[in-house]
Amino acid sequence: MRDKVLISRRAFTAGVALLGLGGNGARAQGFAGLGITAEGFSPVIPGKTFAFPEDHGPHPDYRIEWWYVTANLADTTGVAYGAQWTLFRLASRPGAQQEGWANQQIWMGHAAVTRADTHRYSEAFARGGIGQAGVDPKPFRAWIDAWEMRGSDRTRDHTIAPLELTASGADFSYALRLDTDRALVLQGDAGYSKKSERGQASYYFSQPYFKATGSIAIDDKPVEVTGQAWMDREWSTQPLASDQTGWDWFSLHLSSGEKLMLFRLRQTDGNNYASGSWILSDGKTEQIASADIDMVPKTLTDLAGRKIPVGWQISIPRLALSIESVALNTKSWMGTSFPYWEGPISFKGSHAGVGYLEMTGY
Amino acid sequence: MTRIIWILAVLLSHWRRHPMQLATLLIGLISATALWSGVQALNQQARDSYDRAAATFGGARTAMLVGRNGATFPQQLFVDLRRAGWPVSPVVEGRIQIGGRSLRLLGIEPVTLPAEVGNAPTIGRTGLQSFVTPPGEMLVAPETLSDLDLTEGTAPSASDGTLLPPLRVQAQLVPGVLVVDIGIAQRLLKMPDQLSRLLVGKAKGKRVPLENVVGDRLQLVEPDAESDLERLTDSFHLNLTAFGLLSFVVGLFIVNSAIGLAFEQRLPMLRTLRACGVSARMLNVVLVVELVSLALVAGVIGLICGYLIAASLLPDVAASLRGLYGAQIPGQLTLKGEWWIAGIVISIVGALAAATTSLAKAIRLPVLATAQPYAWQQAQHRWLIFQSALALAVLAAAAGILWYGDSLISGFAVLAALLLGAALGLPAIVEVVLSFSQRSAHRAVAVWFWADARQQLSGLSLALMALLLALAVNVGVSTMVETFSRTFSGWLDGRLAADVYLIASDDTQATEIKAWLRQRPEVEAMLPSGRAETQIGGEPIEILGLSDHATYRDHWPLLQSTANAWIRLRPGDTGLISEQLARRLKLAIGDRIEVPAPGGNWTLEVVGIYADYGNPKGQIAVNIDALTRRFPAIPQTRLALRVAPAAAPALISSLQSKFGLDGRNLVDQATLKAESTRIFNRTFAVTAALNTFTLGVAGVALLTSLLTLGNSRLPQLAPLWAIGITRRRLAAIELLKTMSVALITTLLALPLGLLVAWCLIAVVNVKAFGWRLPFHIFPLQLLELVGVAMAAALLAALIPVLKLARMQPANLVKIFADER
Amino acid sequence: MATGKPIVLSVRNLTKTYRSAGEQIVVLRGVNLSIAAGERVALTGESGSGKSTLLHLIAGLDAPDGGEIRLADTSVSDLTDAGRAALRRDRLGLVFQQFNLIPSLDVEDNLVFQSRIAGRHDSAWHAELVERLGLGGLLKRYPDQLSGGQQQRVAIGRALAAKPLLLLADEPTGNLDEATADDVLALARDLVARTGCGFLMVTHSTRLAATLDRRIHLHAGLVA
Repeated sequence: MRDKVLISRRAFTAGVALLGLGGNGARAQGFAGLGITAEGFSPVIPGKTFAFPEDHGPHPDYRIEWWYVTANLADTTGVAYGAQWTLFRLASRPGAQQEGWANQQIWMGHAAVTRADTHRYSEAFARGGIGQAGVDPKPFRAWIDAWEMRGSDRTRDHTIAPLELTASGADFSYALRLDTDRALVLQGDAGYSKKSERGQASYYFSQPYFKATGSIAIDDKPVEVTGQAWMDREWSTQPLASDQTGWDWFSLHLSSGEKLMLFRLRQTDGNNYASGSWILSDGKTEQIASADIDMVPKTLTDLAGRKIPVGWQISIPRLALSIESVALNTKSWMGTSFPYWEGPISFKGSHAGVGYLEMTGY
Repeated sequence: MTRIIWILAVLLSHWRRHPMQLATLLIGLISATALWSGVQALNQQARDSYDRAAATFGGARTAMLVGRNGATFPQQLFVDLRRAGWPVSPVVEGRIQIGGRSLRLLGIEPVTLPAEVGNAPTIGRTGLQSFVTPPGEMLVAPETLSDLDLTEGTAPSASDGTLLPPLRVQAQLVPGVLVVDIGIAQRLLKMPDQLSRLLVGKAKGKRVPLENVVGDRLQLVEPDAESDLERLTDSFHLNLTAFGLLSFVVGLFIVNSAIGLAFEQRLPMLRTLRACGVSARMLNVVLVVELVSLALVAGVIGLICGYLIAASLLPDVAASLRGLYGAQIPGQLTLKGEWWIAGIVISIVGALAAATTSLAKAIRLPVLATAQPYAWQQAQHRWLIFQSALALAVLAAAAGILWYGDSLISGFAVLAALLLGAALGLPAIVEVVLSFSQRSAHRAVAVWFWADARQQLSGLSLALMALLLALAVNVGVSTMVETFSRTFSGWLDGRLAADVYLIASDDTQATEIKAWLRQRPEVEAMLPSGRAETQIGGEPIEILGLSDHATYRDHWPLLQSTANAWIRLRPGDTGLISEQLARRLKLAIGDRIEVPAPGGNWTLEVVGIYADYGNPKGQIAVNIDALTRRFPAIPQTRLALRVAPAAAPALISSLQSKFGLDGRNLVDQATLKAESTRIFNRTFAVTAALNTFTLGVAGVALLTSLLTLGNSRLPQLAPLWAIGITRRRLAAIELLKTMSVALITTLLALPLGLLVAWCLIAVVNVKAFGWRLPFHIFPLQLLELVGVAMAAALLAALIPVLKLARMQPANLVKIFADER
Repeated sequence: MATGKPIVLSVRNLTKTYRSAGEQIVVLRGVNLSIAAGERVALTGESGSGKSTLLHLIAGLDAPDGGEIRLADTSVSDLTDAGRAALRRDRLGLVFQQFNLIPSLDVEDNLVFQSRIAGRHDSAWHAELVERLGLGGLLKRYPDQLSGGQQQRVAIGRALAAKPLLLLADEPTGNLDEATADDVLALARDLVARTGCGFLMVTHSTRLAATLDRRIHLHAGLVA
């Protein structure tokens, strides 16, 4: 662990990087600070009633928030691709939203495409209040610079589909159309997702049923792709405990039609806090407790001076599940302002399928 | 290795026995290196500052999008461009006053600021929040902080009372610039939702064509390797470089003569070494090693001297650059490692260049001395013819460049060719004068005197050439400086015809002041003026609004004008233009000029051209009312007053106490004139200082040449002593001879110097600054210079002559005993 | 010719022609000679007979047009400039009429100079040379503070300091008065005997030539 960094999934990356909590050494403290001084922001408490389309839009009373899409795709010849589109929001301080440049929101976007032989990524930053980045709940639109996730008047609130998703970097671009007729899935306890035994939590719902079609261009060579995509929506104020150092997060599409979300928060004491949801094809979910989850790193690879576990052995005896995952491209390194590993994976064993893995804090 | 050291020790033993020669060699190398490196240090210091300026958030180093006509544009264009994939970052710029000092305020947006924008402040991540969150932070260069007499962390107030963000020092920042977050800047500058420009970062993906996003509202300015400041100050630095080069060359003249003599004297030693079994290659290697070691020693000392020279000249250079171009140069000399290395290299290269002929001779040295009768006269004659032909060719080249050249570089090339040609031609001219004198002499001693002077010529000619160059440049530069200061003070009298000048802090105060002044009987006239800025052909232009008043009509110096030029200004369709602008845009009386103005182009007919010395920007003077009609946004805060001179001080103190104006925005004519004159005098202070250095080096060249000649002269002098001329008389003859040769050279230097002055005034200045001075000759100054030159020659000749006068007869006798 | 001693110098059919003002001047027309170790030979002849040229060729200061010069087992004519310089440095001693001392070095440094660059300095031999040449009191003097005889003694000392195979002298006494010349030559003879090297001296003096073991007379470019 080179950086003594506490990051939660995804957006904390943005938070830490943007809010000046960066710099080795300073980060851990900074994040710890983030955990303590949540004063003025709204707390995450169980029993929230979700309302759409409002909850598709931003929740500036909460410190951090993200709109997160990953897609497992393949072209007509069967070559596998992965695509990632993320928009993070971070409030630099609580209080009523300020106009113009004085607005306290900072936005960050990450986009990436992955193929077995290459991984391309890009990032973007923007300040709120002027229109360079933002999210409108209806008609749904999330954007930063030229990257966009846009709904239309056909987009329904309870499915958040269909959507058009675009992003581009210096050496890649993609445009995907996401559609499904299945409803959103609330994670955790009716959307209340615990992140530790000490009360850290977030609001969390997903759309794991997207069918994706579109095109991906790498070095200006476009290919048509189809596949499945998964959207995560999450917001929180104090999502991590101060001793949690990083994160291993799976979103898995089983070929049998079920979906599985699993995460593991690593703690400085060597213990982990894990959690998951087993999502049936009819949308019913089953929470998986920490004690039931066994996630073991199997294959390590050296990336950017770190040892990254790109292959995993996962077993959940209660579900009679025992799989081994491999990365499509072990070099799916996001060398962004705050670096992490994120890329498409496939797995087999008791179950088979594809999915996405995100690992931070290594 | 020990072999090399032994041979080196033998070679070096020569210097132990001839310390004066060694001193000469070292002095030459040291002065060459010192002056050259000193000038380079100054240039480097200045260029580093320009780089800092250019790299500051969209100086010339970054591609930019700017509004048409340089106007501000709505912030929405920034958002639209970002949404279209353009990696742009907004900047808003304006000026604010703190404690009466006007400073550039830059508003930047740190989140989108392209990483490649040079030395972006290290707001980095740690400081982002405090930088963007009100009250924010105001980044400032350490120099500016101390200029403002403020400490880090304090939140100063602008002159209009606005509370500014607390100051934070940012070492890499350019002096005179304050940097705040864009939102804060828009509020401070009262430019809500307006931007001055967009910095364009590296493209991250496809971007929509610019016109499709913003139409023709913005235009792309490609990055420029050379910043505006660099372009403006090029001439100044070229000037410095030219002087550095001249001093370097003069220094090398000394080195050349010292090395030449040392090699000549060591030829027998070199032969003996060869006879004793040192191979030719080994000998050459060791000779080069010796030279390089000496150059290393001299280089290090020269660099230290160069550093001292640069450090002592820096305040003047900084003042000149600030006065002339508004360029901010820190007063503390900081040098890079490259400078030291370059200095050592130039010393070695210079030494090798100066030793080329000697080294070549040593390389081809036959082991066996062939006894050839030295036909000096024949050899000298051939050499003179060759050198004269070369001189004519170089002078012809000078004329050619003058005729066809049209740039600053060509101006300096003319100067260089002129000087080089004259220097090369000098020995021939002196030879002609001497042989004429010899033919017209009758007494035996007189004939010998001239003949001997001719023979001495080959040994002295390099030193004389150095003297000629130094003197000519001296005449040229002092004539130019003198011309400048005369012209300037006359011009200033005309330009500063009003008695009191004031700038109110804003329009409201201006109105109050005007109302108050109307009640004062001693105020004879109130002349409001105004300034607007625009761009023509990508270059900034000032537009000056002048009141229609006799003060200007009677005094404002016009170089050319139509009849009733001032009357014709009234309707607002005519303008006077500065000489710089006229030259740059090739405009003459009657031509029309299109001036971009907020409401569309403003067509002006040129009815007059005026001198505007020292202003790097082109300027147009128009009627003030016409200016405020066309540029309604300009502050109407400038006021010139005609006051009875006796009443001026009282009026000024009343104004000061009543309106809180101070010396920076309220000044009387005398103070303003003194200040302007002081600034402009400093403009050439460096030139004058280098000039003196060069003359000093030439003096040293003359001294060392005479010293080295002194010893070899004994065989010529001994026979005269033997036939009964006293040593005292011999010494007097020697002195007279040196003085007459020096006088001939000096007299030749005067016309050459005037040519140089003409070149500087009519070619170099015009290209460098855009204005031409009337050419004057100052005979007294020339006479003074002749005196100085003769004194230098006397001083240089004195030591060898005294040595001769005191020489023991035994030494003279020895001449006859020696077989050589 | 002394027998049983190794030959240090042998010259075979040596020819040399100079070109001057478009005219060819044949200086040496096929000279043969040899000198054994310890042998002291005078080379005489009128002005222009080629004796100095012969000496310069042997010393490698100039290159012959034809023939061969062997110094011990080395063929001088086959060597490059650097090789000839090394030969002079290590195997030869040269003494000139004008002494050719290095004016900026004192007597001591002039004496050791050649042996130093040859890397053959021998302090005992140096001390003996100083003693035999009578230079003990003059070591810190500079050449211009010495008489002609003293200077030539220094030159002989320098030439012998590296214990050469052959000492070559070109009119070494030409600038000295008769008494001094005799003294200097006597010293040279003794030292040659002491070192056992060969000695070839160009002289126009038959009187001095007679004091050596053998005399070779050059006439019109040939050994007469």
